[in-house]
Amino acid sequence: MIKAKFVFRGLGVTLVALASSVGCERASRHSVGLLGSTSIQPFAEVLAEQYMKKSPGQFVEVQGGGSTAGLQGAANGLADIGMCSRALTAQESSQFAQILIARDGLAVVVNLENPIVGLSLEQLRDVFAGRTTNWMEVGGRDGPIRPITREEGSGTRESFVRLVMKKERISRRAMTQESNGAVRELVKGDPATIGYMSLGLVGKELRAVVVGGAAPTVENVLAARYALVRPLLFVTRGAANPAAQAFVDFVLSTDGQKLLETEGLVRAE
Amino acid sequence: MRVSPRTTERVAVGVLWVLASITFSVLAFILTYVLVHGLPHVTWTFLTRGPASMGREGGVLPMIVGTFLVAGLAVLIAAPIGVATAVYLTEYTREGRLTATIRFGADCLAGVPSIIFGLFGFVFFAITLKMGLSVLSGSLTLALMVLPTIIRTSEEAIRSVPYAFRDVSYGLGGTRWQTVTHVVLRSALPGISTGIVLSLGRSISETAAVMLTAGSALRLPRSLFDSTRTLALHFYILSREGISMPNAYATASVLIVAILALNLFAYWLMRRFVAKVGR
Amino acid sequence: MRQDRLIGGVLRLVALSAISGLALITVFIFKEGLPIILRVGVFEFFLSSDWDPSLGHFGILSMIGGSVVVTAGATLIGVVFSLGLAIVLTQFSPPGLASALKPAVELLAGIPSVVYGFVGVVTLVPLIRYCFGGPGLSVLAGSIVLGIMILPTITSISIDAIQAVPRSYFEGSIALGATRWQTVTMVQLKAARTGIVAAVILGMGRAIGETMAVIMVAGNALELPHSLLDPVRTLTSNIALEMGYASGDHRQALFATGVTLFVIITLLNIAALAVSRRRTGKTAV
Repeated sequence: MIKAKFVFRGLGVTLVALASSVGCERASRHSVGLLGSTSIQPFAEVLAEQYMKKSPGQFVEVQGGGSTAGLQGAANGLADIGMCSRALTAQESSQFAQILIARDGLAVVVNLENPIVGLSLEQLRDVFAGRTTNWMEVGGRDGPIRPITREEGSGTRESFVRLVMKKERISRRAMTQESNGAVRELVKGDPATIGYMSLGLVGKELRAVVVGGAAPTVENVLAARYALVRPLLFVTRGAANPAAQAFVDFVLSTDGQKLLETEGLVRAE
Repeated sequence: MRVSPRTTERVAVGVLWVLASITFSVLAFILTYVLVHGLPHVTWTFLTRGPASMGREGGVLPMIVGTFLVAGLAVLIAAPIGVATAVYLTEYTREGRLTATIRFGADCLAGVPSIIFGLFGFVFFAITLKMGLSVLSGSLTLALMVLPTIIRTSEEAIRSVPYAFRDVSYGLGGTRWQTVTHVVLRSALPGISTGIVLSLGRSISETAAVMLTAGSALRLPRSLFDSTRTLALHFYILSREGISMPNAYATASVLIVAILALNLFAYWLMRRFVAKVGR
Repeated sequence: MRQDRLIGGVLRLVALSAISGLALITVFIFKEGLPIILRVGVFEFFLSSDWDPSLGHFGILSMIGGSVVVTAGATLIGVVFSLGLAIVLTQFSPPGLASALKPAVELLAGIPSVVYGFVGVVTLVPLIRYCFGGPGLSVLAGSIVLGIMILPTITSISIDAIQAVPRSYFEGSIALGATRWQTVTMVQLKAARTGIVAAVILGMGRAIGETMAVIMVAGNALELPHSLLDPVRTLTSNIALEMGYASGDHRQALFATGVTLFVIITLLNIAALAVSRRRTGKTAV
């Protein structure tokens, strides 16, 4: 019995020792925190890895949470840089400094088994507003359409609403998923679904449909033929601190931009 | 037509066995599904390296450390406070309206969904107290979450110690504190320990509350103010985003094995103390 | 004696801090959440299914409906299977099996909800989609996954309750010529009734509070479900989905959702308390 008490005490002491040896100071000197868009997150992670290899001693942390969470994180100090995958409103522009790091196509995705190749903007709007409910109405096989949307604070969703829905609301029957990856997994598994996500993240397991006659490719985005494009922004409250600025400089450098292009984004211009 | 009681019994027992088998098979299926897909990928490298490429490759060392820190600190903070509170409520105060209200309050808080603690922790610790997304925010939030449970289970354990024990101690001239430590706590230790171990298990498995207080950083936390990702959250992210199914299953397997070990430890503890105290 | 006083004082300090800390949380949540309920209007908040934060509409009826339906389904599934398991283990198996298997059942209670959710997404959701149609992400999926998750809780507490019934009840009944099944239903379950009800209420509380697994399998649509196969959003999922970026009114509305959940849990606890009070009132069945 005494033994077990000592076991507990020992564990407790080890834990405290571990915690305190790990250090109690605010380690913000060498680490840059990014928070926000789940669309930008994977790209920021890749950039961070490269950056940390190039500049050892510098740490970059990337977290998700959605574009609006990123803005707030930048505002209330949770993060050094907020990641935002939509254009800022007028009010937001006056509150934050924004840096365009890349442009991203917004892909409308369907399951590979779905024969649909293309849709017009009006058709898309009708589908996501819940007016068109059967695939036959847009040239597909007979069956219900299941639209998938992102959560409210998502920059991807905001961009989609701004570019496609205009003033209309997305159907309340649409199923909500909380990240690009979740949308991709869902569309991958259910032939009746249709969703929207970052073009750079589509991959080979889904089909991105032709929208308004333009195929969803990087070339078409560059040539402004594909209409659904949104800015990927790094956002800061006031000027970025030196460590954060160094990372931003890397992202905007030729190396950084090349990395983003390999990943499927369009360079910032 | 009257059915004989024997027949009713046969039918009923048959149905029950079907239900029971379904229950067991489902639970066994879930465990085996995850372990079969995951254990083959749990290699030494997996346990000792950090992740690369968003978790597509590499291991989960930072997550193991992160889970250990967040859950461990939470229980380290909550356990002494909770047990002390329970001791005070049972031994140092008289039973009355106040203690009954406190007990009811603790029961309610023990049942409050963890997401609400997460919401509170996010707004209070991370933002208002400016702790940010960190190990500290996470463990403080979890500590608050498990505190009511520890208070209640400790209190139940202490109250089930027979009064005779205390009388004997006082009769021999012991002070209240001596009685508490040498007699009451010793007998109540099995119950108290089980409560603490269960709270540790709950802290390890918690995802929703940790997501927005400790964050989801992939790197090894270098201080209490660094953000970190726990195993459960890592599993959630890997599986949701389809980043790497093998790694997701492997992470889940590590979690399950850890919890299994924890539960076995709890039972070993119980056995030892029951034997020692002889009840 | 002086040392005793000092220690008593320290304990009182610790206890009061702990209790006031916990009370603080309660106050905080209500302070953040109540104003918006009053501002939006009690009827508007609870009885409108229009949840559109960007327009300032905060009606949580859809989510209340979602939580109620999914919890009801989960409780039904949980009770049927748990009780079945508990009865089989305690009455119709070799003696000691129940006590031996209880640890295994309790282990399953410790498995993270995200694991249950994920297995549900990968196996159950496609199964529902294939067998019954619909998106698979549905009330049915949510109820089944939650039901499975609360099984260990209800089972182990029910086993305790049934085993606590005095052996004499069982022997007396058998001596009077009843079959084992009759004894179980007419004598033992009745005697263990309050314990079992307490277990069920505890299970319900767990089901209502579950977040991650539900987000993964229930679909999170904003509309009230019309059938078991429709996607649904619960109160907890709503908080988790929007918590990260909500600010101002929106955030307060989420706290208000938290208040709602708090009140529901408190009501359940009052019910559990009332049930157990009944037991101490009676000494015979």
